[in-house]
Amino acid sequence: MSSVAYCDAIRQGFGFVMESDPKCLAIGQGLWSPWYVGRSMDGLDRRFGKERVIDTPVSEGATTGIAVGAALHGYKPIVIHPRMDFMILATDQIVNQAAKWRHMLGGHCSPAMVIRGIVNRGGEQGAQHSQALHSWYAHIPGLRVVMPATPTDARDLLIAATQSPDPVLYIDDRWLYEWEEEMAPAADVDLESVGGVLRREGDAITLAGASYSVKLALDAAEILQTHGVTCDVVDMRILNPLDPAALRRSVRKTGRLLAIDGSWSNCGFAGELIASAVEGTRPDEWRAMPSRVTLPHAPAPTSKPLEAAYYPTADSVAAAALDIVKKST
Amino acid sequence: MHSTTSDMRLGPLADPQLFNEPLDLGNGATDALLGYYRSMLKIRLAEEVVADLYVAGEVRCPCHLGIGQEAVAVGVSSALRPTDRVYGGHRSHSHYLAVGGNPAAMIAEIFGKGTGASAGMGGSMHLYAPEVGFHGSVPIVGATIPIAAGAALAAKMDGRGDVAVAYFGDGACEEGILHETLNMASVMRLPVLFVAENNLYSSHLDIKLRQPLDSVARFARANGVEAELVDGNDVVEVARAAERLVRASREGRGPGFIEAVTFRWRGHVGPNEDIDVGVRRSPDELAAWKGRDPIGRLRSALINAKRVAPDSFTLIEEEIRTELRDAVEAARAAPYPPEAALLDMVYANGGQTS
Ligand SMILES: Cc1ncc(C[n+]2csc(CCOP(=O)(O)OP(=O)(O)O)c2C)c(N)n1
Repeated sequence: MSSVAYCDAIRQGFGFVMESDPKCLAIGQGLWSPWYVGRSMDGLDRRFGKERVIDTPVSEGATTGIAVGAALHGYKPIVIHPRMDFMILATDQIVNQAAKWRHMLGGHCSPAMVIRGIVNRGGEQGAQHSQALHSWYAHIPGLRVVMPATPTDARDLLIAATQSPDPVLYIDDRWLYEWEEEMAPAADVDLESVGGVLRREGDAITLAGASYSVKLALDAAEILQTHGVTCDVVDMRILNPLDPAALRRSVRKTGRLLAIDGSWSNCGFAGELIASAVEGTRPDEWRAMPSRVTLPHAPAPTSKPLEAAYYPTADSVAAAALDIVKKST
Repeated sequence: MHSTTSDMRLGPLADPQLFNEPLDLGNGATDALLGYYRSMLKIRLAEEVVADLYVAGEVRCPCHLGIGQEAVAVGVSSALRPTDRVYGGHRSHSHYLAVGGNPAAMIAEIFGKGTGASAGMGGSMHLYAPEVGFHGSVPIVGATIPIAAGAALAAKMDGRGDVAVAYFGDGACEEGILHETLNMASVMRLPVLFVAENNLYSSHLDIKLRQPLDSVARFARANGVEAELVDGNDVVEVARAAERLVRASREGRGPGFIEAVTFRWRGHVGPNEDIDVGVRRSPDELAAWKGRDPIGRLRSALINAKRVAPDSFTLIEEEIRTELRDAVEAARAAPYPPEAALLDMVYANGGQTS
């Protein structure tokens, strides 16, 4: 086994699915560029040919609709949106079309496809180049939404998404691209067998989230350890349909919950985590009120100090967790 | 004037070996021509300053430089007045500066300082100077095209003969919103000038890999919008086309469309030349396009015609360099926006929700 970075793991996932399924194709902006989507697609056009790895005009809506149509006729497209902010222009095809065709046409057809949306923020890029909109999309029945945190999941959830009979939104975060991990060889993955997992064990508090928030939680757990506080870190992995079992198990044990999300609070994923923990537990199992760490209720700024104040850090997560623990002991 | 009828290809305009001779000045007034020169040089030097600051690590926000494309904004702006309403995109330093946007406020904005054009809240891709007619730029490709048409609707209703301008690139013509807006502006006879800067590239992709035909003016004609295809590195030609189409709009004859063929000397984003990406973007191609330099061609023409003494150019350059040096110093010294700005600007009454 060798160590693989998250972005290379994504590329390995593409390699695996395109190798094993000749009907699988990748389409989106930047696929013939060495830098547009980091190195996460680098060389795939040379390996599988430009017929199957298709760079597109600046046409998010049509690109996604074309993928829906190809999916309805036996192909397995993976649409790549290099930035979630730009994917908004494809939202009709994702939400009104891909997610609903099976149900509204009587269960006879399904555009089984993958939409890959990349969260790409920081670096003073500002309000329209920073958004993490997973909560919007996870609201939609018929659209599976996955958010890998680790390199292995970056590869395996892409494989699972591609092999799913349903449309799946796969969201990766460029802040994770250099995270390295030893990985076992790739194999088929059944998405329905994937649920939340415990990434670290402790007993004072549960830190829960998905994607980069898991990384923050793990780093915060290290900090908390130095304060003598140990925590569970639950990686939700799949936002829709949400599987709250691991989360509830953990909360029953620790009695405390801090939900972490890299997007806004109102009607967001962190609130969903708290609600689903509360719904599956008894009041006497809680030792403290649950709480959440999210973005301030504002668009992303560009200015350096404002950007530094904007994003949660391992320190701010650890401080919020410590606050909950201290108030309830 | 280049083909304005049914031609859907750029033809010779896409060949950088051509159209690199000094400009044909016609009977243009020397003062006006020198004004174009000053404005183009200011844009060029300001963007070079930004590029250098980026290389030096002083500037971090993504900057899309339009070095080589200066004649488009300067030519178009010559037909505008401060009550017109100009909108831009991700590569809009030139659009902002050409209508008289303050370079110091632009540079401060790029530094993320509170004295910036958008109070340090937006960076290079979010410029704003309504006092001179620049009403905003944003980087979602195509997003300001209908917004400009809306500004034109408002101008039409105001009835004072003002027009709106939407600047965008050949890549933006691939978004459905351009086509929807052309259709609506046409049926509603809105006083809006669509300015397509066709620099033959969208990010790393050559237009030949993205569109079956390389002239985007075809989309305007398909919607009954009068279009002119011009050499975007000839400020005189751009100005003439803008003058004619803007006059038509002011007189209630509806929208116009300019396709200005040009080339950016730097990469898609940042200071590098990016000659390693794309199909045609080779060192030779870039060198050839530098031969169609919009500033050099005007300067040679003015010198050849003995209209301007060579040392006038030196003087202009020194003035601009001094202004830019002061702008950078001021931006360095300026404060960042206060942290409260993060929430205070979200809603009219601030952003506090609880
Ligand atoms: C909706 C949307 N899709 C994609 C992008 C990424 N993007 C930024 S600039 C650009 C190229 C646009 O090309 P063009 O319109 O020709 O303008 P140019 O960069 O050549 O000035 C792209 C694809 C974006 N900002 N917005």
